[in-house]
Amino acid sequence: MSLAVTSAPRRRNARLLPGFQLSLGFTVIYLSLIVLIPLTALILRPWELGVAGVWDVVTSPRVLAALKLSFGASAIAAAINAVMGLIVAWVLVRMQFPGRRLLDALIDLPFALPTAVAGIALTALYAPNGPIGLWLAEFGIRAAYSPLGVVIALTFVGFPFVVRAVQPVLEDLDSGLEEAAFTLGANSWQRTWMVVLPAIRPALITGVSLAFARAVGEYGSVIFIAGNLPLRTEIAPLLIVVRLEEYDYAGAAAVGLAMLSLSFLILLAVNGFQRLMATPGAGR
Amino acid sequence: MPLIIKNISKTYGQSQALHNLDLEVGDREFLALLGPSGSGKTTLLRILAGLISPTTGDVSFDGADLLSLSARERRAGMVFQHYALFRHMTVAANIGFGLRVRPRRDRPSAEEIKRRTDELLRLVQLEGYGARYPSQLSGGQRQRVAQARALAIEPRMLLLDEPFGALDAKVRRELRYWLRRLHDETGVTTIFVTHDQEEAMDLADRVAILNGGKIEQVGAPNDIYASPATPFVFDFLGAANEARGLVRDGELHVYDARFPLPGDGSGEVKAFFRPHEVEINPADGRGFMAEVVGVIARGPATRLECRRGDQVMEIDWARGRLPDGVTRGAQVRLAPERFTVFPAGT
Repeated sequence: MSLAVTSAPRRRNARLLPGFQLSLGFTVIYLSLIVLIPLTALILRPWELGVAGVWDVVTSPRVLAALKLSFGASAIAAAINAVMGLIVAWVLVRMQFPGRRLLDALIDLPFALPTAVAGIALTALYAPNGPIGLWLAEFGIRAAYSPLGVVIALTFVGFPFVVRAVQPVLEDLDSGLEEAAFTLGANSWQRTWMVVLPAIRPALITGVSLAFARAVGEYGSVIFIAGNLPLRTEIAPLLIVVRLEEYDYAGAAAVGLAMLSLSFLILLAVNGFQRLMATPGAGR
Repeated sequence: MPLIIKNISKTYGQSQALHNLDLEVGDREFLALLGPSGSGKTTLLRILAGLISPTTGDVSFDGADLLSLSARERRAGMVFQHYALFRHMTVAANIGFGLRVRPRRDRPSAEEIKRRTDELLRLVQLEGYGARYPSQLSGGQRQRVAQARALAIEPRMLLLDEPFGALDAKVRRELRYWLRRLHDETGVTTIFVTHDQEEAMDLADRVAILNGGKIEQVGAPNDIYASPATPFVFDFLGAANEARGLVRDGELHVYDARFPLPGDGSGEVKAFFRPHEVEINPADGRGFMAEVVGVIARGPATRLECRRGDQVMEIDWARGRLPDGVTRGAQVRLAPERFTVFPAGT
């Protein structure tokens, strides 16, 4: 310690904020309790089946189908939310109209609603005898009890993430940027594509990843609308519950581990992409 | 005069930013719009850039109606106060932006854009910086990138909105002379908005002084300084002392002293004089009596605060040592070397 004190004036990275060690320690312990320890338990649990056993569970047709549906539908929902969320954020920030505040408040409702309630409401609407379901049926489209229903539910629960991630960044965007592009002769499409979107891209990617991650883990709203037919409309989180109800804890953990690994890889890839696209100035 | 601004007004709801303003700008001229904040100078610049439309009035450029032209047809290169550089683009991409967004038939080839970008980088003395991002540049360098970006569209006029406002004093001064040389080199008609009178006087061919949405005076810097048209102009161009006076028989009566004042006219006036144009005399000398209430040494000059009645005047003494007896509390006589008078009602 005395050495540290005597050399302190020359230390180049002297920390100005007090309590660094305390706060770091707190952060690590908190993260461990909340995230790492439960996840470690999940990672360790399935191996009582043996490596081959885990592999068998994960590659069984029913699990593969469930994983494919969960991640596929989540990706589609995230893509829909990317476009629609961006448009809604744009309208909320850039346009003045009566009821704007009300609309703004409505955005968060998917967060507040118990997902089961959302699921039941969506099912009532999209069921073959529901108001929207009847209309869709005329075109031969079946929404409820089909993969489309899963996408609808996941889009619903992920929607606020994109809007809330993009909105503040769009609000803070220097209006001078668009004005500069305007005086340089850029038309409104060029101003949007070449100036505004690149500026909000990091926020958009963050919002979309959050919406995606939320959708992958979503359970409550989907099980009502999906119909839950194994191999067809059964999502991975539901399959885990099914396994638990069969007292197959290791099997449930194996499916969970597969979801965890896939999610981790995808979020890691998104992060890497963000870093790749980030310009040196993006953070400032 | 290629740029003729006629009877321009701009109203925002209740408040009027510009009042029936007329202004003409010559070819290749460097004109400074000088005024305090809220005087309407930036509003005028934004009207010329096409960012806002005036409530009434006309602007013509080379005989054509400027207001009916789109931004692309106007070719008004604008430099913003905070530069508004595109952070996600390299310096070269920023500069080439105005060329890349042209419709396909007018768009130069990629090689041509690169050639022009390199040329502009040379012009603003940023050769080799093309691959950097704006955040990797200093404030002065960013300013020059903004300048190059505006020049890339081969502007018919260059509009600069407080271009040095975000820079520190030393860089400001360096860039000021650089900008003047750049203008002499490129010859683009330039309108420059600033609230810094020193900057305007240093740089511009002519200065237009705005106050409350109206032009108070337009003219060459020296002419304006030598014969300001209104008290506002006198006050805005530098530190000023004001005294009430009376003109009679070719003499200006100020307090208990009389000064010769060539020219006719008589009556009550506001008499202004500059702090550095004052002679300090002993109590039995020439000038009006005042009491020294403060002596502040500030670099090359000494600032005296003198009181006469309820009026406190500032005197800058830059001629070496103060005369004997001039200390706090002393009674002295002040004899301004030059007065500028305006009728009392103005």
